[in-house]
Amino acid sequence: MEVRIRLFLLSRPLAAAAALLSAGVLAGCASAPEDVDVPASEAEAARIIEPEIERREIKVPKIDHENFEVGAFAGILSIEDFGSNSVYGVRFAYHIAEDLFVEAAVGRTEAGLTSFEQLSGNLRLLENRDFTYYNVSFGYNFLPGEIFLGRNYAFNSSLYVIGGVGSTRFNSEDNFTFNLGIGARILATDWLAIHLDARDHVFATDLLGRDKATNNLEGHLGFTFFF
Amino acid sequence: MRRRLQALILALSIPLSFTGPAVAEALFQEVVVADPYLELHTGPGRGYPVFHVVERGSSVEILKRRTDWFKVRTEDRREGWVARRQMLATLQPTGELTRLSDGTLEQFAEHRWEVGIMAGDFDGASVIAGYGAWLFNQSLQVELGFEHVLGEFSNSYVGTAGITHIFVPEWPVSPLASLGTGIISIEPQTTLGQPEDRSDQVAYAGLGVRIYVTRRFMARIEYRSYMLFTSRDDNEEIDEWKYGFAFFF
Repeated sequence: MEVRIRLFLLSRPLAAAAALLSAGVLAGCASAPEDVDVPASEAEAARIIEPEIERREIKVPKIDHENFEVGAFAGILSIEDFGSNSVYGVRFAYHIAEDLFVEAAVGRTEAGLTSFEQLSGNLRLLENRDFTYYNVSFGYNFLPGEIFLGRNYAFNSSLYVIGGVGSTRFNSEDNFTFNLGIGARILATDWLAIHLDARDHVFATDLLGRDKATNNLEGHLGFTFFF
Repeated sequence: MRRRLQALILALSIPLSFTGPAVAEALFQEVVVADPYLELHTGPGRGYPVFHVVERGSSVEILKRRTDWFKVRTEDRREGWVARRQMLATLQPTGELTRLSDGTLEQFAEHRWEVGIMAGDFDGASVIAGYGAWLFNQSLQVELGFEHVLGEFSNSYVGTAGITHIFVPEWPVSPLASLGTGIISIEPQTTLGQPEDRSDQVAYAGLGVRIYVTRRFMARIEYRSYMLFTSRDDNEEIDEWKYGFAFFF
């Protein structure tokens, strides 16, 4: 039976060469038993084929790391005493570990009128109504899970708590700001995430006469790309 | 009979083996499972459920990595996420154990680039700072920094360039000393009638500690003494304390 196999292999030198090649590379030892009991003369005959097999250089491809996240968001920010307005911004995140990430974000909105300004007619308290903030925060992922859409779709998701420091420029003044919030990240694909975020920006200001800490609540929807 | 069958299967698999792994190999790294089995999770985290296992001896392609999780594709085209711990127990096609590039204490001692974010106190005001550093050897780094100082009466922006010396780079906790110069731009708050914006030159000397935390991540605590060269007769001295974290590459 061995003779028949040898004949089978020798009658198709190319096939045999390729078979040896793939056997050597893929299975490693699959072809070894057949070489064991081959007499010396026939082994030489088999070696005629060998020189055609070039040693393959194995170059290990690099693994693609996807720890960065970049994206944009839009939502509503309620400035204490100045009403709510649409807010939009961009965020950038780096995932340190499966649970921990850092995020930098910049957002912008505009202050509305205080109730005093509305009632008093033309009086305006602020010259510049732009409200811009930036922050750097730590986030912690918890409650990982899946969100199901109908019968056929399941998306990975996780909640995160996030908090950090930054600055808010309001009425042409920079204010040191703490932020604290909670968010949900839903992965539409491995590289595209949808964010639903609620955040409180806390800073002290004396804009309305006396020093007080203001809570500025923000809710937004965003998307990010992992790269 | 079995051998003939083997030979036949091998001969038949040639066209497949040329189109399959040969093409894929150029794109993705392929490893062979050496543990009894490899667990595939639905997502990159321990909380995501295991939905498939790959047996010992099968090979998988590594598609990408997120933190400590690897997305792999099995021979039957299933895709899932595998933990780093299990990835380390796989073999390369050459038979060697798979090695993964991770931040280690050795790499920490020899890193080239560093980016960090810090916050703290600048003469009673809050400060938020960012810096980037390039290490031209293990213990000496050039640093560019930017700081935003948020005071009650004024805001300042400080841009600095300096040199930092790491005393013992191979230690996980090492003291450091820094020296540099820069420019400070001070804007008074609008609600107070104060002199207009001004820019001054500054110089600083500092002492601190850097602490290796894990992987590519370190913490840093720094004290700096700033000298402001004002246009007035006397120079101003400012103490700054900062705490923060940094990544290295």
